[in-house]
Amino acid sequence: MKNSIQAEQVLNGGRARGPVLKLEEALSFWGAFDPGSGRILDRLHPQAGLCIAGQVLVMPQSRGSAGTPAALAEALRHKKGPAALVLRKADVNLTMGAMVADRLYGLETPVVVVSETDYEGLATGPMADITAGGQIILAPIDP
Amino acid sequence: MRSSIQYQPIPDAIADLSTTVYVGTEGPWVIITMALCGALALMVTPWMDRVRSADGLTGGKGGNLKYGTLRIKPCLPANSACQNSAGVFNGFMISPLTLTAEEQGLLNGDEGDALKFALEVVVRAAEVMGAKRLRPANFVHVDACHYYGQAHLDFSRFFLERGARFPITAWTNTVPVSLIQEELRDGADPDTLADSRRLAEDYLKLGAEPVWTCSPYHLPDGPGFGDHIIVGESNAVAYYNSVVGARTNKYGDFLDVCAGLTGRVPDAGLHRDKNRKATIVVDVAAFPESLIGNELFCHVLGHHLGRTCGNAVPVITGLPLDTPNDSLKGLGAAAAAAGGVALFHAVGLTPEAATLDEALQEQEPAQVIKVEPVDLMAARDALSSARPGPLAMVSLGTPHFSLEEFARLHHQMGDRKVHTDVHFYVSTSRYVAAAAAERGWLENLESAGVDVLVDTCTYFSPAIRGCRGRVMTNSAKWAYYAPGMLPVEVAFGSLADCVESAIAGEVRRDPRLWSSSTWGL
Repeated sequence: MKNSIQAEQVLNGGRARGPVLKLEEALSFWGAFDPGSGRILDRLHPQAGLCIAGQVLVMPQSRGSAGTPAALAEALRHKKGPAALVLRKADVNLTMGAMVADRLYGLETPVVVVSETDYEGLATGPMADITAGGQIILAPIDP
Repeated sequence: MRSSIQYQPIPDAIADLSTTVYVGTEGPWVIITMALCGALALMVTPWMDRVRSADGLTGGKGGNLKYGTLRIKPCLPANSACQNSAGVFNGFMISPLTLTAEEQGLLNGDEGDALKFALEVVVRAAEVMGAKRLRPANFVHVDACHYYGQAHLDFSRFFLERGARFPITAWTNTVPVSLIQEELRDGADPDTLADSRRLAEDYLKLGAEPVWTCSPYHLPDGPGFGDHIIVGESNAVAYYNSVVGARTNKYGDFLDVCAGLTGRVPDAGLHRDKNRKATIVVDVAAFPESLIGNELFCHVLGHHLGRTCGNAVPVITGLPLDTPNDSLKGLGAAAAAAGGVALFHAVGLTPEAATLDEALQEQEPAQVIKVEPVDLMAARDALSSARPGPLAMVSLGTPHFSLEEFARLHHQMGDRKVHTDVHFYVSTSRYVAAAAAERGWLENLESAGVDVLVDTCTYFSPAIRGCRGRVMTNSAKWAYYAPGMLPVEVAFGSLADCVESAIAGEVRRDPRLWSSSTWGL
């Protein structure tokens, strides 16, 4: 595991800290996710039932609906959204959701894109600190 | 947290900036505003909203002072994303986005906080999409009026409290509950319904017209060929792009409103001609005319297109030249739902595909798909989860029913009545409902047992009762979405099948449409 990754792109700036949670498949925030609890509802998602609140969420990009930004902002408002989003591809909807939540509620939620190699190397488990410049610093969680 | 503004002397040339700029590496972009006067001063702030607050730099209004703004971001030399973009120098990348003076003024807050934030959102989207400029748009179909939570209301209130109004024609998408029909689904949360109505009213105060429909293209005086527009509802994105020839990307919530309030969109994606080129040829010549002329065929084809083409642009060859727009509507809705298709061409039918070559923009396709009957039979079967048995509900009008569809329904129903155990819903817009009423069709249908629902849709609406059990629909989109959102099993069939089943009280299908020989096997 690398202990530091530099993002290729910072889509929404900010600092965050949280444990890394890597999703096996893209998540649709609207309809397949409960913004009140932070849980994945989509029965077809391999990680259905998991709670993403406070996690540094690693996923390829978002899926689906025009409602995605509003659903992300709603989860962030409830403090049940991800601490940060680490993506493989630039994603307008997630950027918009994080940006609006920042403006309305003063919540910083970094949204960054990392290279394919770095994306493949990221796994669920360690604690991640995201710096404002898009650096992801990884450290094992103390037992 | 965010660094404070720092001033530094600017050297002679922009190329030397990197030697002086070390602060402000927070956020996606470092903003450098330069006063282009005799004694140059350089201000660095990572956030645009701080630019205006700097002493002596209030947006370029004073005397002969002119200001130029660069958005740059820190960039490592080995960073491939930056190397692919314009203007990399000495470890910094200049944003490829150029703004007009008027746009820069909005960002500086010349027109107030509401438009300033709205344009910041559009600019951010443009940067994420790699746009080089913004372009004017003349129409918005607002999706953010569809209530999902308090964040939606906080967002609309942000703009209302600051006095914003849409400067361009703004129409509204469906809402979770009809604004004029009070009947509620059992168990619907009254607070949610009240907030949903409040949000809808907010958008009217922002200047939107209350059309509340996912088929805005049925209404008169809408966008036309070549118009640049802002649409989020996926079926309307597909229809406007494909059938009308207007240009839109699929705009998510918030960006739709911000683009609408500023009348500007990122010049990217389907707003650019070259991106409207078909890359996949889909050939349906293998199917007999008797099948291809039925609307069910286009719905199933749309579902298959979504599954095979993802969000690429396909061109279909072999559809009859008299294929009605309602069939293209169903095709686009299903393709958008199952795959994310935002634009399709159909040779001889859609405005950018007079010929196959035109749709391909004279280039070779990346892929040619010859659709086989077995593919569509699989798609057709995937849309039907219902086992045989009594029918609880029929749902037509996803996307919203057109006047032509009302004519067909009225004709098919004749003077017969819906079975007493069946709820029969047709979702449509107020406009089309009024037009059907003028012709006397609505009254006849209602006395036959048909409920016409406006402003909303049966698959998410808390506005209906009895939506459980075995439901029949002629919409591939409804058949695809509803089983995930409602406690239903779906039987998919043609409009005529739906009517015959509603009268019989159980699923009935035209056996000719469901035999292997009809499907070309």
